[in-house]
This record gives sequence, structure tokens and C-alpha cells, in this order.
Amino acid sequence: MTVDVEPRNETGTTVLLSGNEAIARGAVEAGALVAVGYPGTPSTEILESIAHRTDMQVRWSPNEKVALDVALGASLGGVRTLCTMKHVGLNVAADTFMTMAYTGVSAGLVIVVADDPGMHSSQNEQDTRAYARMGGVPLLEPSNSKEAKAFTALAFEISEQFDTPVLVRTTTRVSHNRGVVELGDRMDKPVVGFERNPQKYVMIPGHARGRRPALLRRLTELAEYAEASPLTKESGTGDSFGIVTSGIVHNYLREVLPDAKALKLGMSYPLPIERIREFSKTVDRLFVLEELDPIVENDLRAAGIAVEGKEFFPQVGELSPDAVRRGFAAAGILPEYLSIEPAPGTVTRPPLLCPGCPHTPPYLALKRLGAVVTGDIGCYTLAALEPLSSMDTCIAMGSSIGMAVGMAASGGAGAPVVATIGDSTFLHGGIAGLADAVYADANITVIILDNGTTAMTGGQEHPGTGTTLQGAEAKAVDLVGLCEALGVRDVRVIDPYDMGATYSAIEGAVAHIGPSVVITNRPCVEAPVKVRDTPFKVIAEACTACQLCMTAGCPSIVWSEETFEGRRKVVIDPVTCTGCTICAQLCPPLAIIPVTSGQEAAR
Amino acid sequence: MSDSSKGLLLAGVGGQGVILASMIIADALMRAGFDVKQSEVHGMAQRGGSVVSHIRWGKEVASPLVEKGSAEVLAAFEWAEAIRWVDYVRDEGAVVTDIKTIVPPGACNDTHAWSTAYPRFEIDLFRSRLIETQFVDATANALQLGNVRAANSVILGSVAAFVGIDLVHWEEAIKSLVPKGTEEINLAAFHAGMTAPMAQIPAPPAEPAEYLGPHLIDIQQDWCKSCDICPRVCPEHCLKLDTDGTLLVINADACTGCRLCEMLCPDFAITIRPPAAAEHHEPAISGRKM
Repeated sequence: MTVDVEPRNETGTTVLLSGNEAIARGAVEAGALVAVGYPGTPSTEILESIAHRTDMQVRWSPNEKVALDVALGASLGGVRTLCTMKHVGLNVAADTFMTMAYTGVSAGLVIVVADDPGMHSSQNEQDTRAYARMGGVPLLEPSNSKEAKAFTALAFEISEQFDTPVLVRTTTRVSHNRGVVELGDRMDKPVVGFERNPQKYVMIPGHARGRRPALLRRLTELAEYAEASPLTKESGTGDSFGIVTSGIVHNYLREVLPDAKALKLGMSYPLPIERIREFSKTVDRLFVLEELDPIVENDLRAAGIAVEGKEFFPQVGELSPDAVRRGFAAAGILPEYLSIEPAPGTVTRPPLLCPGCPHTPPYLALKRLGAVVTGDIGCYTLAALEPLSSMDTCIAMGSSIGMAVGMAASGGAGAPVVATIGDSTFLHGGIAGLADAVYADANITVIILDNGTTAMTGGQEHPGTGTTLQGAEAKAVDLVGLCEALGVRDVRVIDPYDMGATYSAIEGAVAHIGPSVVITNRPCVEAPVKVRDTPFKVIAEACTACQLCMTAGCPSIVWSEETFEGRRKVVIDPVTCTGCTICAQLCPPLAIIPVTSGQEAAR
Repeated sequence: MSDSSKGLLLAGVGGQGVILASMIIADALMRAGFDVKQSEVHGMAQRGGSVVSHIRWGKEVASPLVEKGSAEVLAAFEWAEAIRWVDYVRDEGAVVTDIKTIVPPGACNDTHAWSTAYPRFEIDLFRSRLIETQFVDATANALQLGNVRAANSVILGSVAAFVGIDLVHWEEAIKSLVPKGTEEINLAAFHAGMTAPMAQIPAPPAEPAEYLGPHLIDIQQDWCKSCDICPRVCPEHCLKLDTDGTLLVINADACTGCRLCEMLCPDFAITIRPPAAAEHHEPAISGRKM
């Protein structure tokens, strides 16, 4: 959720902002006129928090590649532009990213990439700092909301001064951490206008060969800038050991070792190598404290600076004050770490599909068919867990369809092959896969779970929703027309709340020879509007405790104290039940009815 | 640890409003003049999963995360979450917890093993670390005021005593952050929480009846015409039609007694018997086709 800072945005006001809101505010104050991205935890709220602004164009693109293309176009058009995505989004945008490092920019262009150490809501925990090195793009790492705002604004200056895109890398704990921020004025940055320069912007081999040395020269200049920059901050005292750190972990360090000598890197690429070398000479032992990969550690080793790091601090998962304390205890800096025993025996609570989720019935049907299901990224990935347990793969945005094509080509599936993909994910990265399914005449079924929103990240607009982030109406992609135009001969649209129709449509589509598509058409029950109908209840006397309803995995259905033939009956929580009817359609003895039905009145 | 910084944890289940509640606390602390940092995780955890929010305040706060064993107070909107996060509370700290229980479906959907994994209301572990435990019936308090959704504000009211800032900051924070039109009821709920009595700890759920084993599937083979309806409807995949048309019980242990096969068999060839009424536990298959 985001805070609307506009009502109290006078310069000098202090407000509590999340890292994401502070980044957006930094772009606002830097005079950015365009902000574009694709939703992805933990980056989503950056654009949402400024969507209401009338002095900026704030947009969702269908994917991160398109977003970065839009951002570069806007920058070349001469306006400061912010582009946002999560870490894996940069993989999608990497093609543009690697070459825009050659072209450079016109007006400032800042790419915010939010990493997710610990994989709170991601499929991997790749480290964006590696991309900075691969592309040759400077990278700033704010450690709190105050820095998130200031660094973003500064990144625009660096971008223009050095003619380069600039990465601002956050992590979950920076993006989703609220801290006190003082607001400043919005700069007035009028449109500069596009200047034709094919040598710089048309990357044919002959031109690109000229830009590659320019990129390397720029990196040398940026390294000099880093050496002198106030972004590199030394603090603390002592000569027995010192710590090089950056980003959120600096805060953990200050919690655990408040006065230790530390060098905090605000810009962690290019590194201020000489500054670090000088720092290393003032201490006996030099530690690198960094989350995820030993990137700074390896860079320093390569520069001939002796360091310690990953032998004490985990490379897996996110760090915390506890992990930092444990690491320094292992290094002999702090006394032995005594962990506190967690309370025994609490229940695991994995995330679940919501009550009334329209994704549930198709997965019940797929489980019945015993299909091999290649899944994709979205809420519906939760169907991989008990009790639906009907998803066999989930790799990356849009992977489901290509993987199904390959699975069918292998001839080794041993069951019908079905790809499941959400509407936003399909428009993000699934269309080309479906074209391939038609091209290969693959014997697969693609189920497009169209709930009319990007649900997993909280309900964002996309080209299929007919609305924009800033609340305007837009043309909506016609999914049926699109699939038919790609050459799919068997396209069915179903209401997933109609269990019989869902089962028979999916069975029919699977029986079709060649690629077939089933599109579900129920909206998400949580966004953009909360769908709530008359809740249902269980007639206790009629319940035979077969628990068939529980195979749907609805959080509203729980055990009751009553039993039948030695099994627990169930009850429905009327507060959370949305009245979707799925359980009532499953119930063999018809024991599940709406709370306001005639039966209840008759009692 | 920085000398003056304090920590607080809020825990609950996705959808309960943990994040809004923690924003209110953080805002109130900021209004009281503290440096505040608040950190949460959302995204996938939002959907019915365990949600926790860390709040740290003081003159100048470094880490937004509370270190284990250092929180002044844990505010839990649900009992199992209180248990899950209590290791963050310092010795002699406090736990304020709703007596609400939300049993996750995962703890219910094992049709064979009958032990529920949900933890009992036991605070021996809290006592051993001298943690003060305050049970609040926030739902009942909120219902009394007319809106169950104000339960979070009741908890906030009970937490306020352990935070120690002026009431006016709480009131201002609640007024500025709760949905428009609900300011009055949330303020009333907050005040109710400040004076809420120690709630009665609910009685533990009754021991579930002993599991007697799966239901028994009796097939009258010479009445079966191999129509393939029952294998297709069985939710537990207990039945299979063999290549020669013989109906086989392939997963007898999984039968839950839903009787879909029995009800839908056009030829009355299937009978499902509860385990208690059965004489033996082998599925009876009679009249095998030759």
C-alpha cells in the first residue's frame, strides 16, 4: 500500500516514506516527466505512488524490455525518465540495457532495479550488481528512504554528466522500509528535444565499434568520480579491523557494531578502488559485508586488496542484524553468538489462493486429468502447493508455453501437456510462445487465466485491462482475437465458476489435436474491485465429512468440532467467504448452501 | 545495538491489516518526535500467508529490522503468529495477542492423519523468559462497537501502554491513515483496546476422533458395464478401469467416503462402507468377470 504524499508535499515537510515512495519522490524532485515500468515485488509501489500526478506521464508497459525501450526513447526525446522493475525484470530488458550502455542517453535516465534477497516473492535471488559490471553502467545503492530519494535525484545528475544510464539498486528491505524523509522542491526540467545523431544512436557494427571505447572511457571517468564522491562515507574508529559495506547491510552493521570503522559505498560500481586501498592500510583486517554474491569482495581481491567476507557471512538469503552478529562472532570480532530458541510447534502458514479465486477450478480440472502442467509466474503459481498440487514447472515470465511445446516435442510427458499462464504474464512474455506452439503445431493446451489484472503484485493495469495506471481508458487487447490471429483453431472462453463447463472445456481442448487455448473470464476477487457475494454455509447435519470441498484449498473452509464416521466435518467462515459457489458445486451431499437460503429461513 | 533504539514486531495473517496497523504505529512514533524505521514484506506473503512488520524507533535508528531477542513488544493479530515470532521479544518484554485463531487449510487438509498442527494456548515458554502476555479478544471488542474490521485498532490500543507516547499522537496517526469514514469507530476501538481486560483463553479444541481408516469400496463386478464414470469422478483417484474393462481399486487407502462413485453408478455396482461398520479392511471385490 502506498501513501499519497501530495496533500503535504510542501518543501521542508517531513513525512514517513517507504524506500519505493522515496525513489519516486526523488524522481519527482529531479524533474522527471516520464516514469515507466512493469510491476514486480518489491518495486511495484514506485510508480503507483506517483500515478496521480498530472505533471508526469506514469505508465505500465507490457514488460520490462518495452519499459526500458520507452524510457530510452523518452530520454532521447529530451526528458528525464525513470524506469522501474524487479531484479528478474532486468533479464527481460537486458537486450536493450546492454546496448544503451553504448549509446548513452540524452536527458537523465535512471533504472531502478529492486533485488529480492531471500526470495520473499521471487523465483531467484540474482544480484543486480553483476549486471552493472557486465553492462558497464554505474550503480548506486541507497540504504534507507532518505538516501533512496537523494540518490535517485543524484542519479539523474550523474546520468546527464556522464551520458550514461544509471542503475539504482534497492533490496526488499530498502524498498519496503519506511523512514522519515524531508521533501524538497520539484525542479523544472523542460523538454530538450531530440537531436539526430546516428553515430551515437544507430548501433550498426560500424557505429557500435566507436561507442565501445567511449563506454570504457566513461567508466574510467566514473571511477575517478567515485574516488572523490561524498557517496563514499567513512565512519567509526579503530585500527584492528574495518568493514567495506553498502546498502541496507550498513544499517545492520551499525546496529551490531555501532562504532566500528566502516567505509560505506553509496556508489558500488565503479568502485573507488584507491579509496578502499587507503582504507585497508589503516586496519589490520578488512571485511566486506555484502548481501548475496561476493561481488565487491572479488573486485577487491582482483585489485590485490586482502579481504575477508563470505567465509563469515552467508551468500544465500538476506542478511539481518542476527546474521551480521553471527558472522562477526565467527570472525572472532564479537563474543560467541547465542541464538534464541524459537517457540516449538507452530503451524506452517504458506500463502494461498484467496477465497473465491477463479484460478482454482481450472487446476482442479487439471489435477483430475493428471495433465503435465507447465506453469508460470503469478498468484496461480500457488497451485503448485497442497492441496491443488497441480503444477509441474515454473521458471520465468512466459516460460510456460515454450516449455509445453518442448515437453510435447520430447514425447516423454506421458500425459496431456497443458500450459497455464495469467493474462498479464501472457501479454508480458507469452505471445511469442503461443506463436511457436502454432508454428510447431504442438499438441498442447494453453489455459490463459484472465482475471483482468496483474493480481500477484496487488492489481495493476496492463494492455488487456482497458485502463491505465493514471486512470484513463485505453484500448484493451482482445485475447480471443489475438489467439485466433496467431492461428489457434480451438479457442474456448469459459466461466471458471461453472465447474462442469470448466471440466468439459478443458477436457475438450486437451482432446483437440494441435494447439488449443482455453481462456477463463472471471475477474480477480480482490482487484480492481473486491468481489463479494452472499456467503455460503455448511448444513452440519448433511455434511458427510468427505472433505471433497477441501481439495479446492479455500482458506474459508476449515475443520469443525463435529465428526461423521470418524472424520471431521467442515465449516465456512462467513466473513471471508466470497460466495463463489465452487465448494457448493463440489459437495456430493449438497450440504453447502447460501446463508440466506430458504432452508435457513425455515429453521 | 544502538543504545536508545527500541523495536516492536507486528504479526498476523495476510489480509488482516498488519501493514496498515504498522504504518499507524510508525506514524504515531514519528509524530512523537522519534526517528522511525518500519519494514515489512509483501507480495506473495500477502495471500493468506504469515505477515510480519518490524518497527524501530529512537533518537536515530540504524536497522529497520528488529534483532531476535530485542523487541519491547510483539503485537500479534492471531495466536499461532504470536508463537511464531515470540523469539524476537526480549526477556521481560511483552506480547499482546488477539485470542483469534486462524487455522490454515494446510493444517486441515490431511484426510488421513488427524492431528491438527495448530498450537495450543500455552504460555510456559513466554513465562520462562519473563515475557508479559496480554490476551485480547479484539474481535468481540470490535463487534461490540459495530465493525469487526476495527479489531486491529483494539490491538493497537492494548499495545500503546508498551510504547509510551502521548495519546494525541496515536489519535492523529489513526485519523490520518484509516480509511475515510472509519475514523470514529477506529478511535473508539483504540480506546477500548487501552482498557481491554485480559481475555479468557479459549478452551483447547476437542481431540479429534480416532481415525478408523479409509472407507471400503465394494464392487459388484458382474453389475459393472465398464462405463468409466466412477474413475472419472473419484476425487482421490481410487478407481481405474483396466484395459480389459475390469474396474480396479488402485488407491484404497485414499477413499474419504464421499460416495460420488456410489451415487453416480448407473448400475448400483458400487457400495461404500464406513470403516467402523466393516468386518475386514480389504476391499471386497465380488463376482470378478471371467
